[in-house]
Amino acid sequence: MPEKILTIKDLYVEYETDEATVYAVNGLDIEVEEGETLGLVGETGAGKTTAALSIMKLLPEKIGSIKKGSINLDGLDIIKAGEGDMRSIRGNVVSMIFQDPMTSLNPVLTVGDQIYEVLAIHKNDSREKLNARVDEILQLVGIPPKRKTDYPHQFSGGMKQRVIIAIALACEPKLLLADEPTTALDVTIQAQVLEMMKSLKSRLNTAMVLITHDMGVVAEMCDRVAIMYAGEIVEIGMVEDIFEDPKHHPYTEGLFGSIPDLNKKTKRLNPIPGLMPDPTEIAKGCSFSPRCPKRLDICSLVQPENISFGNHSIKCHLFKNN
Amino acid sequence: MSTTLVETKSLKKYFKTKSGNLHAVDDINVSIKRGQTLGVVGESGCGKSTLGRTILRLMEPTEGEVLFEGKNIVDYNRRKMIEMRKEMQIIFQDPYSSLNPRMTISEIITEPIKVCKTIVDRREMEEKVMELMDTVGLARRLINTYPHELDGGRRQRIGVARALALDPKFIVCDEPVSALDVSIQAQILNLMMDLQDSRDLTYMFITHDLSVVKHISNEIMVMYMGKCVEKAPSEQLFENPMHPYTRALLDAIPTPNLSGRNAEREIIKGEVSNPVNPKPGCRFANRCPQAMKKCTERDLEFTTVGKEHTVACTLYE
Repeated sequence: MPEKILTIKDLYVEYETDEATVYAVNGLDIEVEEGETLGLVGETGAGKTTAALSIMKLLPEKIGSIKKGSINLDGLDIIKAGEGDMRSIRGNVVSMIFQDPMTSLNPVLTVGDQIYEVLAIHKNDSREKLNARVDEILQLVGIPPKRKTDYPHQFSGGMKQRVIIAIALACEPKLLLADEPTTALDVTIQAQVLEMMKSLKSRLNTAMVLITHDMGVVAEMCDRVAIMYAGEIVEIGMVEDIFEDPKHHPYTEGLFGSIPDLNKKTKRLNPIPGLMPDPTEIAKGCSFSPRCPKRLDICSLVQPENISFGNHSIKCHLFKNN
Repeated sequence: MSTTLVETKSLKKYFKTKSGNLHAVDDINVSIKRGQTLGVVGESGCGKSTLGRTILRLMEPTEGEVLFEGKNIVDYNRRKMIEMRKEMQIIFQDPYSSLNPRMTISEIITEPIKVCKTIVDRREMEEKVMELMDTVGLARRLINTYPHELDGGRRQRIGVARALALDPKFIVCDEPVSALDVSIQAQILNLMMDLQDSRDLTYMFITHDLSVVKHISNEIMVMYMGKCVEKAPSEQLFENPMHPYTRALLDAIPTPNLSGRNAEREIIKGEVSNPVNPKPGCRFANRCPQAMKKCTERDLEFTTVGKEHTVACTLYE
């Protein structure tokens, strides 16, 4: 039985702004096992990044706060953990890769120094050994070690993302949170980076939460998939359940209908009508009901529950009676 | 029988940089038939946006001709160009930065009308704005709102309405959906296809997203470092890609199904090199898995390999 690295239960995160309270995450439940890749899919504003930041305890100070729920990361209760505890696990037990490689590196430090920094904080080793490790990691992500004295601006976008991955994996963390790691890259470079992440992951047996909106990337990389809408998981299952099982949450169907299929000739796409709900208001029933083509009377009144079919579970009233 | 609306003849756009000439668009010949869509695909920096802008003369071409309805517009003066703007318009990529934040929606949509003086009467103009808003699916009540009050999808609809304001025949769409979420992207794509049907519009659709381009285009041109490497009817290009770069590009797209999950993919190595003073020969040669010595010896000619299918590659000469 593989060990659970991350367990999130009933998580609620809010942002307090001057004008209103934004309900970003509303009752999120996720479990991640050792070595597996969980895809977290959703559109802008679904709360994907907020969920990841909560795990790292990096929510914007004073504005963002966890209101309810629990996060257990490798035996540590994140909600109770102090800043000292968090510093010792960030980069060591859990690492995060941010979306934009152009802005997440420090422009005035060489890339070698930036990788060295993580190692120096977490590993109690001699300078020589750590430097040797920097070379080793650079090699691992496909960058010649002699480039460690270069600055970020001397690298292309794809190479910068490799450096960021090197930093994230330097201490061989148990969990990697990758927030849209390839969205800013061109397709041929994206293919290179994804391939590299896949092989590194299986080599280091790192679990990964891959945040993305690209169903193609999900199909290629993930073992399990969670579909997120308005701060909660509306459907979760093994990758086969999501791509091959005909049973779906209407939102998932809408997502698939919006993607032009390369292998089929379709005259018109079937987008989801309307827009994401305003996160400053909480819907009474199902948050997708105003846009849902299969809406029932009950949907706008009562919150649906998770209906499970083995590993596959869907939060929708449609599946209640069968 | 459809006729050619827009045509370029060995169009070139070079930018002068400290280290030499940057060949952004290098010897491009395209022709787009009335009522059809030419898709232009390529990775960032391949010159696809520059091509679109040079065709509209938002940038002055270094060399070559742009023919609109058979007339070369490259040496038109400013006044004549303003007349031309009624025929050709552009939709920009980023709906956040391409709308003036200090103008209301109605001001944004009427600006081209005021510049070209196609409608002078105020009431008529207002009617036109309402009509355009209906066409692109914006609620009339939004007429006096500012762009920041709206979401990305609605903003892009304003961009579309502005492009339609002068009833143009030809629109360059420069990555009009890349900044949008997939569900919104599909709404805009549907809208653009409906408009093409109802108004007989001709599009040049620039994008890096191959599934979008296949969906909307009749013909597709693949660009690499300022050069066209392959051009073919949409179906044909996807069924039978010839150029190694086109194949690599198609191979690199992650498809949303599980069929290709464990298949070994050939991933091309390396990155796009610098387009400043490029050497003669195929510009893809340094990354190409099938490169030969003769690829870099001289510039390549186009070989016709099928009906309206041309490719610039030594493999097929």
